[in-house]
Amino acid sequence: MVVIDSIKNGIVIDHITAGLGMKLLEYLDIDTSQNTVALIMNAVSNKYGRKDVVKIENVFDIDLAALGIIDPKATVNYIEDHVINEKIHLTIPERVVNIIKCNNPRCVTSIEAAAPQIFHLIDRENREYRCEYCDEIISMKGGYGNEIIHRQWFNR
Amino acid sequence: MLKGRNLLEPMDFTIEELKELFNLADQIIQNPELFRKACDGKILATLFYEPSTRTRFSFEAAMLRLGGQVIGFSEPNSSSVAKGESITDTIRTVACYADLAVIRHPKEGAPKVAAACTDMPVINAGDGGHQHPTQTLTDLLTIWKERGGFENLTIGLCGDLKFGRTVHSLIKALYRYKNVSFVLISPEELRIPDYVRKEILIKNKIPFEEVENMQEVLPKLDILYMTRVQRERFFNEEDYVRLKDRYILDGAKMKLAREDMMVLHPLPRVNEISVEVDDDPRALYFKQARYGMYIRMALIMSLLGTEPKEV
Repeated sequence: MVVIDSIKNGIVIDHITAGLGMKLLEYLDIDTSQNTVALIMNAVSNKYGRKDVVKIENVFDIDLAALGIIDPKATVNYIEDHVINEKIHLTIPERVVNIIKCNNPRCVTSIEAAAPQIFHLIDRENREYRCEYCDEIISMKGGYGNEIIHRQWFNR
Repeated sequence: MLKGRNLLEPMDFTIEELKELFNLADQIIQNPELFRKACDGKILATLFYEPSTRTRFSFEAAMLRLGGQVIGFSEPNSSSVAKGESITDTIRTVACYADLAVIRHPKEGAPKVAAACTDMPVINAGDGGHQHPTQTLTDLLTIWKERGGFENLTIGLCGDLKFGRTVHSLIKALYRYKNVSFVLISPEELRIPDYVRKEILIKNKIPFEEVENMQEVLPKLDILYMTRVQRERFFNEEDYVRLKDRYILDGAKMKLAREDMMVLHPLPRVNEISVEVDDDPRALYFKQARYGMYIRMALIMSLLGTEPKEV
């Protein structure tokens, strides 16, 4: 049994698909963090069998759209004074700006720094997104690689 | 109403709007004299970041035949682009001087970036291997004039369907007409991109087949749209050399085709259509190039909202 109320203030990202917890921390550039961070891998889950859990102390403003792309099954719990203040079920966003970057070397975004990276959801089941500019299709299900733009949350 | 709009991809215009354009182009073909001053006092900017003969000349000829003026560059090294200026900054500057801009760029989506930063209408004259909507207008006008319409057609597209932007644009424009089907003829490496297959053909339940052998499908085609395997789209020269001569349309193959099949090609041709086919009445690609100027005249007038003027 995993106890999730062990941080005083912060967020707990729960029900992360087992194995994706590290990916999620990587996206958050966790190695630059000064906050207390816990990653629990392969915890027992009544709902999914196994799950990963991430706890980050004293951080609240996480980009839910970005997390929804990485793992829409996950939930985000906002903890205040050891109590779950709010629980959010992530969803797959329809349109994302500056979260995924286009990996087509012929795309204009590879040379025009001012152009925002815009993607549209075209296939919910396969979590496929289409680039606004070049129409390149990127699947975010499972084996995504360098498409996620790292945010460096903890350097702000 | 097309005044003030952009043309970035074929689906920017509805079928009805396209029909208006074809009607206007037809009026120009019938009586070009009447349109000699239609764009008097207007300036077209042609921003060609990539080489072009037909598209640039046809835009420039179109504007000059409408009585307008043309500014621009035909290769980026002769402009501030060589100093590293962004597309956005270039367009903002050009918008201070011109009424309408035509942009060709090797990067896909560049015209969309350009259009997003100005109120001046922007026309995509080809962006990398992505889209080429004014070539599509040319193709459509040719079919409309020579065939009378777009319904009940089986269209074969042959060659480089992966990087062939004219192919992507033509499929995007034609799938909207009734009872249209596509035969996609290419080697496996040069098949249409996923977004065309999934987002256009499968999503809209358009009949299509993907084949490698041209001869076996020729007898059933109403239109054969040939394309060049483009050296400039390959990162690897070996792949280009291996694929470039895969399909060559010659007199023997034309004997397999129907008497009324139309052969179209966006040009330039290298050797995918043998010169012996040029004299065949079914070969319409040079006529197609002429239609390209008329449809661009109609497009320029429509985006600028100009009317024929007394000469």
